[in-house]
Amino acid sequence: MQKLSDITIGKEYIVKSINDDELAQKLLEMGCTPGEKIIVERKAPFDDPIAIIVSGFMLSIRKQDAEKIIVKKS
Amino acid sequence: MNTTKIKVVLAGNPNSGKSTLFNALTGLRQKVGNYPGITVEKKTGSCSLDDNIKADITDTPGAYSLYPKSIDEKVAQEVIFNKKDKDYPEVTVVVADATNLRRAIFLITQIIDLKMKVVLALNMVDLSLKQGIIIEVRKLSEALNIPVIAINARKQEGIENLKKAIVKANTQEYTHTFFNVKTLFKDIIEQTNLLRNSDNDYGSFLTLCLQDINKDIKLANLSKKYQFIPSRAQAQETIRRYKIIDGVVESCSTEIKVAGNRSFTKWLDDILIHPICGYFIFLGVLFLIFQAIFSWSAYPMDLIDGWFTNLSIWVAATLPTGVFNDLIVKGVLAGLGGIIIFVPQIAFLFAFIAFLEDTGYMARIGFITDKILRGFGLNGRSIIPLLSGAACAIPAIMSARTITSWKERMITIMVTPLMSCSARLPVYTLIIAMIIPAEQSWGPFNLQGLVMMAFYLLGFLAALGTAFILKFILKAQQKGFYIMEMPSYKMPDWRTVIYTIVEKVKVFLFDAGKVIIAISIILWFLSSYAPGNKFEQIEKKWVGKENAEANISSEKLEASYAGMIGKSIEPAIKPLGFDWKIGIALITSFAAREVFVGTMSTIYSVGDNSNIQSIRERLESVQNPDTGKAFFTTAVGISLMLFYAFAMQCMSTLAIVRRETNSWKWPIIQFLYMGGLAYLSSFIAYQILN
Repeated sequence: MQKLSDITIGKEYIVKSINDDELAQKLLEMGCTPGEKIIVERKAPFDDPIAIIVSGFMLSIRKQDAEKIIVKKS
Repeated sequence: MNTTKIKVVLAGNPNSGKSTLFNALTGLRQKVGNYPGITVEKKTGSCSLDDNIKADITDTPGAYSLYPKSIDEKVAQEVIFNKKDKDYPEVTVVVADATNLRRAIFLITQIIDLKMKVVLALNMVDLSLKQGIIIEVRKLSEALNIPVIAINARKQEGIENLKKAIVKANTQEYTHTFFNVKTLFKDIIEQTNLLRNSDNDYGSFLTLCLQDINKDIKLANLSKKYQFIPSRAQAQETIRRYKIIDGVVESCSTEIKVAGNRSFTKWLDDILIHPICGYFIFLGVLFLIFQAIFSWSAYPMDLIDGWFTNLSIWVAATLPTGVFNDLIVKGVLAGLGGIIIFVPQIAFLFAFIAFLEDTGYMARIGFITDKILRGFGLNGRSIIPLLSGAACAIPAIMSARTITSWKERMITIMVTPLMSCSARLPVYTLIIAMIIPAEQSWGPFNLQGLVMMAFYLLGFLAALGTAFILKFILKAQQKGFYIMEMPSYKMPDWRTVIYTIVEKVKVFLFDAGKVIIAISIILWFLSSYAPGNKFEQIEKKWVGKENAEANISSEKLEASYAGMIGKSIEPAIKPLGFDWKIGIALITSFAAREVFVGTMSTIYSVGDNSNIQSIRERLESVQNPDTGKAFFTTAVGISLMLFYAFAMQCMSTLAIVRRETNSWKWPIIQFLYMGGLAYLSSFIAYQILN
């Protein structure tokens, strides 16, 4: 299991859990539910924020928040 | 024949094409206002559904769910959920982006479960086909038990079908449940149903989730008894709901691998948000905007200037001479000309902003600037209010609502008025044109354009610096997340761009315009009348003497009410290089900065009875009584521009800040710190340059 902030760009992972209630609510309603495929698409300069593709759309999320998203290899 | 009216609300995810559909349905029959008490933009419009039925359509801010995270989403939730809300709809139309069907269905099923009459408008089917997603509309309609209409809001296709579906939906009862929330929380929902005297399970569930523990003790006690934690319950419910949705999506859509899926966006992102390239492109875009509003808009502005000069001459010659002629030419027309001339610049600026938003590039600007802005207590979402602040602080401050973190939103609101707004443009334009020759250039760039850009940069830097200080003063109230969708790039919808321009120009002409005309007339009065019989004395004094006319007018102005006010503040502004005439303009500018130009033109044309010149030529000929040289030297010009760059001379902005922060404390602080900054920088600049 890995943090979303640590995974390599372009590799497909699966959402395991989100370790923050508020963040979880926000991401869940957008469709970032456990079991969904997640890919880090690219990183902004200084590796922060990062752009992820989840459930078919691209989101920009800060590194500090990405650390709370736990993923596993698909 | 009787026509009936029904209320229709448009809801949907951000970027689903909701506004485009709203424009397609209502055309220009729309009103932009605010929701009472708060300043989330409220768009309403009307449309004929068929020969007998009309619809009042309310647009709501984009939302992902009925669980509000920001004030914007709260509005959407209130309108749909609160039966007492005056916009509570007969029929709700949910706009869904076909390329993001799964996420769109989430909001729809929440609304279905509230037993509301829903029609799903499936938008952007052509785009989803390009991406290899085939959606079977009939199956989707059966699975959700609601009408589903495929539309193309941009091409205005499917609109008639949608209207028919709305009419039909209004006559039907909706009792279907998509997800029975009782399977998760049976007991507490039944108890809440009793409390609410309702059999709407999902309504009870939302009531529980959105409860204010301090306000509703009965609900709080229930939650305690059943160990109901809203955030956890929401998460549980969301996950279960999505599981069912996944089944629906799977049965109704097929995805085939298409070569080039997403590849255009990816390819463009490689360039536009490249770590080095991206910033240069962003700077290039900014530079283009400034050249456009300064150089390109000069042509239409010259035209308008010409028309007004001719009109004034014609009116002055046609109307019988007297007070009325004077009032029309020097009060009303002078003020009107001073407003309309800036329409081209506002149109250019909002054209750019609408274009950047609509193509998806604005979100990328946020992506590459978030890390930098975060250091100043702002975030990537602040870039949109800040950049819009370059047009007008009022919509800009309102757009800060999308920032969910209180602290970052407050800082954005506090510093946005430091950005050089379009109301400062007239002041800058006028002064730059006076102190810098038009032919002068620096390499391939026009020097006037460069100075203009320098002042915009100065405003931006002042905003950042102030934000940095505020970052240490303000205390965070809750955690803020920076989660922003980066939509696929698309061609801008030209209709949306044009509607934005029309809307902003209208707001400027009619809202700011009213103030400007009123002040122009008051000023004309103040500068045309004096206490007692002072004017008569002046006229008597100069009878038969040489050059009487010019001296009479200048002495009259000095003696007038306006002159009295200006003179009384002259000691305070003399160290900045300003005289009492500028003093008058400074005072009137507190209504709105652009009044400066109108005031100067009124004051000086009143002082010169013989002809109507273009205001710039008039000001250039003004002499300093002490030195006998031109009054508007570089030192005075720079000092004046600095004052306008920093001072909070906009009542409307202060009013908006008060409403957005819900207290007088913030606008007062803003007024004082900006005023201090303005006085200090003008003082230093004038003392050094002079």
